[in-house]
Amino acid sequence: MPVEVRLPTVLRSAAGGSSSVTAEGATIGEVLQNLIAAFPAMAGQVLTEDGTLHRFVNVYVNDDDVRYLEQLHTKVAEGDTVSILPAVAGG
Amino acid sequence: MVAHCLGAFPEEGCGLLGGQPDTGTVGTCYPTANAAASARVYTVDPRDHLRADRAAEARGESIIGVFHSHTHTDAYPSRTDVDQAPDPSWHYVLVSLRETQPVVRSYRIVAGEVTEEPVRVVEPAAFAVVEPERG
Repeated sequence: MPVEVRLPTVLRSAAGGSSSVTAEGATIGEVLQNLIAAFPAMAGQVLTEDGTLHRFVNVYVNDDDVRYLEQLHTKVAEGDTVSILPAVAGG
Repeated sequence: MVAHCLGAFPEEGCGLLGGQPDTGTVGTCYPTANAAASARVYTVDPRDHLRADRAAEARGESIIGVFHSHTHTDAYPSRTDVDQAPDPSWHYVLVSLRETQPVVRSYRIVAGEVTEEPVRVVEPAAFAVVEPERG
């Protein structure tokens, strides 16, 4: 089922400038894999080569950070909004 | 920005800046929690970031930058700041609290290269501070 995926500015150029796209999947992992399949320029920016969530991004289902849910196994349903934001940190 | 950083002292304070990407004009300051709770490093609390992002969109703005304090060093991006800079289109504002008088400076960080940019206060009355609505 398709869900809305909201993109941060840094990933929009990889999606033709769109701030929001739709992607299929029953879990966050499937949604992100399908997102990268649709927009290959995002490869390496969202998931690592090992297929884990990249530490430089935070991914949310609606209001919740998936790291505090079931990570890539977090289930999504039609009508959910997935948001990707950069992890903002420094020294 | 400075008030939030002073309030966070002795830890580093941080927050996001909402504004217009094309002009670089900042209209809104979104103070965020420092999830690292440290005097040496900062992490913008991820849920505060999501709240700020949504609030910015509702105000017709985008998040166009981040500010954080250095409690004992200059208002210049650290090596960690440069290595972890999340977005080349953003403005990176440093607030140094080393001296009695806080120092505020802004930078672009593109592909590891740091360039200072001038900061100009255009219209103080147009600058809003929006605290995160934590549910």
